[in-house]
Amino acid sequence: MKHSVFAAASAVAIMASGMAMAEPQAEVLHWWTSGGEAKSVAVLQNEFAENGGTWTDMPVAGGGGDAAMTALRARVLSGNAPTAVQLKGPAIQEWYEEGVLADISAVANAEGWADVLPASIAGHMMCEGVWCAAPVNVHRIDWIWGNADVLAANGIEMPTTWDEFNAAADKLMAAGIIPLAHGGQAWQDATVFEAVALGILGPQNFKKAFVDLDMDVLKSDGMVAVFDQMRKMRGYVDANFSGRDWNLATAMVMNGEAAFQIMGDWAKGEFLAAGKVPGKDFLCLSTPGDGFLYNVDSFAMFEVDGDDKQAGQALLSKLIVGKNFQKVFNLNKGSIPARVDVALDEFDSCAHTSSADMNASSEGGSLLPSYAHGMALRGAQSGAITDVVTAHFNSDMSSQDAVNQLADAVANSM
Amino acid sequence: MQEWLERHIPKMVLAPSFVAILIFVYGFIGWTAWVSLTRSRLLPKYEIEGLIQYDRLFASPRWDTAMGNLFIFGTLFIVIAIVLGLLIAILLDQKIRTEGVLRTIYLYPMALSMIVTGTAWKWIMNPGLGIEAMVRSWGFENFTFDWVIDPDKAIYAVVIAAVWQASGFVMALFLAGLRSVDGEIIKAAQVDGIPTYRIYSAIILPSMAPIFLSAFIVLAHLAIKSFDLVIALTGGGPGYSTDLPATYMYAMAFSRGDIGQAASSAMVMMAVVFAIVVPYLYSELRAKHD
Repeated sequence: MKHSVFAAASAVAIMASGMAMAEPQAEVLHWWTSGGEAKSVAVLQNEFAENGGTWTDMPVAGGGGDAAMTALRARVLSGNAPTAVQLKGPAIQEWYEEGVLADISAVANAEGWADVLPASIAGHMMCEGVWCAAPVNVHRIDWIWGNADVLAANGIEMPTTWDEFNAAADKLMAAGIIPLAHGGQAWQDATVFEAVALGILGPQNFKKAFVDLDMDVLKSDGMVAVFDQMRKMRGYVDANFSGRDWNLATAMVMNGEAAFQIMGDWAKGEFLAAGKVPGKDFLCLSTPGDGFLYNVDSFAMFEVDGDDKQAGQALLSKLIVGKNFQKVFNLNKGSIPARVDVALDEFDSCAHTSSADMNASSEGGSLLPSYAHGMALRGAQSGAITDVVTAHFNSDMSSQDAVNQLADAVANSM
Repeated sequence: MQEWLERHIPKMVLAPSFVAILIFVYGFIGWTAWVSLTRSRLLPKYEIEGLIQYDRLFASPRWDTAMGNLFIFGTLFIVIAIVLGLLIAILLDQKIRTEGVLRTIYLYPMALSMIVTGTAWKWIMNPGLGIEAMVRSWGFENFTFDWVIDPDKAIYAVVIAAVWQASGFVMALFLAGLRSVDGEIIKAAQVDGIPTYRIYSAIILPSMAPIFLSAFIVLAHLAIKSFDLVIALTGGGPGYSTDLPATYMYAMAFSRGDIGQAASSAMVMMAVVFAIVVPYLYSELRAKHD
């Protein structure tokens, strides 16, 4: 009897201490380790601590997230998943299908995420009808950056059609300036390719080709035209482009060696870091054609045990989509907030353009996921497309052969 | 008791490493073979689906390129490194005064990591920064050496860097072999007035056959597992023109979440290794029995 009283008392004591200890805890796996990115993530870390949480940082650098994903796989397989993980695009749904993601609908509904996020971006955060991830930012991919002085000296406006771009590039070539600064890495080839594809195919067919993998569009004459334009682009690149990192290509535009670069808005960070002023030293415009290609970083919450960790997930989700974090983080990172009701007073003119275009394209149905940055397709399919794109760009393959290979590669990747 | 210990201690000492190898080498080979028969994507699954991953593998033009590159790279790398290593070893064997210094200089590249070699050669062979730019600045405006950025020739650029790295090591192997040849035989041949090249081709080299085999085995496995050199030198590019099976497997397993495909490519790589190693083991074992 005495024994069981003691046991009951200690059980109560343990429960009580358990309640008291349910302060939010989060172990966060991410790969934002370089200068500006680390600064951005520290913002979230501080805000989490201010709200009484304990943040365990688990940064895994390397391979554009490959190393982090390997670490994640090992942790999940050993039954010890991190609380929150930087994940994006269809990978979120892929992990949900493995049955390891937590449902954060309670927070999402309380905070009214559905009202403040553009519908197509909200779609990426839902798994089978429940909220399973929190969006951090929106990077636009289809930007063309120009050196203002070089363009003015040659009497060239920022191009709004691909024909204008080609005419401008030919003029620049004649003047001895490299028209397009580019780095020959597969993902950069794919970035240019999808900007060209969006412009030439148009948003509807882009969606059919790179989201739905519609064979008719993949094999269409439009796709041949896209590869034709890619062959032209190859001619506008200098001879030393192989293996060049994107920021070195941005530097070429900055110092006037090259006139244009097609790259996501992280390139803006490079310009700003060098003290260049948007609209004066460098120009930003969406690549020719309608539509908006986005790359949305997000955090997915994994299924974990313990009140403290679940409280941590709730708090973290709430803060990530909170107005303050969305503003401060994106000012640091060069992207724009995912929620549409954040005041943009402190953002630069390129971010204003981006935000306005996002809202417009969201209404027009042309707000589309980037295939090159893993937002539209799963790894095997997007990788198969990139293989063909980069093989075509780096050889003398004909456009028709490229289209045939594209269809074969997509079919083979299923 | 002591006798019992004497008999059993070697077994007990070896047992842990034997078990570890059994599990971590052969066990995981078996696991990979299993996974290669499934539709595993992000995480391994265990329902066997047949040879689908192998069908996909052999239908992939990128895998064809990778295997073709392994063949070109492996053959050229092994042949050139052996010929160059042997040549340097023979030249160093002429009882020259600074042999110690030269030997160290030639052997030193082996001390570098492949990543360092790859990065250095990437710059040396970059047309805008390296050899081409240098020779052009001397006034030879038409000089071109742009193998690194030419998809048809980039794999040969990888061979250059790999040969630079490994031929010093091969030289050290051959130098040891040359020194182990009995001096009396050579002296006898010299007394008989046999020319030096004949001494090498008829006496010394045939007696070094085991060294050739060792050099071949070491270089062959370096070639098959080559990964870091390609990653540092070309990143598999331009396009995927310098992909090797190892980089293909890495891309599938770690970048694309296609574990089944990666496992099937790993099994094919292992088959290639077996094709080289099994005849070697067989000849070794047979030699012992004779």
